Amino acid sequence: MATHTPQLHAVDAPGEQITAEAQRAADDARLGWERFQELIEQDKRVEPRDWMPNNYRKTLVRQVSQHAHSEIIGMQPEGNWITRAPSLKRKAVLMAKVQDEAGHGLYLYSAAETLGTSRDQMYQQLYTGQAKYSSIFNYPARTWADIGAIGWLVDGAAITNQVPLCRASYGPYGRAMVRICKEESFHQRQGWEILYTLSHGTEEQKQMAQNAVDRFYGPALQMFGPPDDESPNSQQSMAWKIKRFSNDDLRQRFVDMIVPQAEALGLTLPDPDLKWNQKRGHYDYGDLDWEEFFSVVKGTGPLSHQRLAHYRAARDDGAWVREAAAAYAAKQAEADRGSALLRA
Amino acid sequence: MSKPTTDQVPDGGVVAEDPADHSVWPLWEVFVRSSRGLSHVHAGSLHAPDPAMALRNARDLYTRRNEGTSLWVVPAAEITASDPDAKGGYFESAQGKSYRHATYYTQSEGVPHL
Repeated sequence: MATHTPQLHAVDAPGEQITAEAQRAADDARLGWERFQELIEQDKRVEPRDWMPNNYRKTLVRQVSQHAHSEIIGMQPEGNWITRAPSLKRKAVLMAKVQDEAGHGLYLYSAAETLGTSRDQMYQQLYTGQAKYSSIFNYPARTWADIGAIGWLVDGAAITNQVPLCRASYGPYGRAMVRICKEESFHQRQGWEILYTLSHGTEEQKQMAQNAVDRFYGPALQMFGPPDDESPNSQQSMAWKIKRFSNDDLRQRFVDMIVPQAEALGLTLPDPDLKWNQKRGHYDYGDLDWEEFFSVVKGTGPLSHQRLAHYRAARDDGAWVREAAAAYAAKQAEADRGSALLRA
Repeated sequence: MSKPTTDQVPDGGVVAEDPADHSVWPLWEVFVRSSRGLSHVHAGSLHAPDPAMALRNARDLYTRRNEGTSLWVVPAAEITASDPDAKGGYFESAQGKSYRHATYYTQSEGVPHL
């Protein structure tokens, strides 16, 4: 039921016959847009059935589904280490973490679905390779220490990125992020603890921890996306209050946090330009290898092919389970209908 | 805010199609009671082929950290919702009726236990 305010009927279409229907659609769009702008300006949340610009919807579907895919693909480097975790405790922790990642993927698919794209469509986009996910997961986890570095640096960067997203203007996305952020903090701490244990072990173990940090430092910093002047979509996302801080601001915040954390580990960060800048009140850090980043984004990462192949195999191998469950549900529903008829 | 002209209005609209129509499994809404004495509160949604699987999935997805003592799953298609476009008019009757709130009555200020 749309309300029609008379003064909003001034649709300029000189010389054209405006049908009543087109007129109404134009009025609805205008009212919807005004309401949308008001919501954004007043820092209120946009909810699924609200009118929203198509580009806002598209941007969100892209960002939220990409985020969901990252959680799903992100299970692979860690799942790969479950059987080789060094103790039963570590194995239980890692299984809980991988299960969380699956859960995070599902929360995010749910949020994206409210925008009108079904989860099965998104699965299909990931399956066919049309969809992107965070390029960090195209790097291999070579040693047990990498599982520590992934938890500390990769999940740490993710949290830094995600905390402001809890206030994203799109309600369902923000709510999913609140749930995710609560769970992520365990991920980061367990990663840091793996590295702490190693860095306080034998010389060899400490070296293994250092190598893992050396490998993941750069890629983790790149998780915030390209520098602000090369990130064309950022500005619109910030105007829509989907993003609250720029890529470089978040990256700086992360660097400032991990420097003392690395010191507490007794490990170093592999950046000769990393030093405290008294004037800025922040740590300066060196240039990152963006050429490599963009080549990994384009799908030439060390494991791009393997990650996708593994996902496809899991989808294919699980198809019979989904089909059986659907067939069973249909049969039960049929039986229920039958017994209802008998009772009638 | 200045009134936009027609060509300033970007393309947009409400959800045109129900994503559940394209799904192999139907969509369920999940409600969690966090502890005895509290209401069930909406936690999120999930896909499942039938009610039993929906409940199991809800347990695994929304109560991994003791968040609940009871779960409801409701087929999303069974929910009747108010029209979002109607929010102004539909909820109008509650507006301007501040006398429904205790704060409306000020004469008793300073009188104990009132």
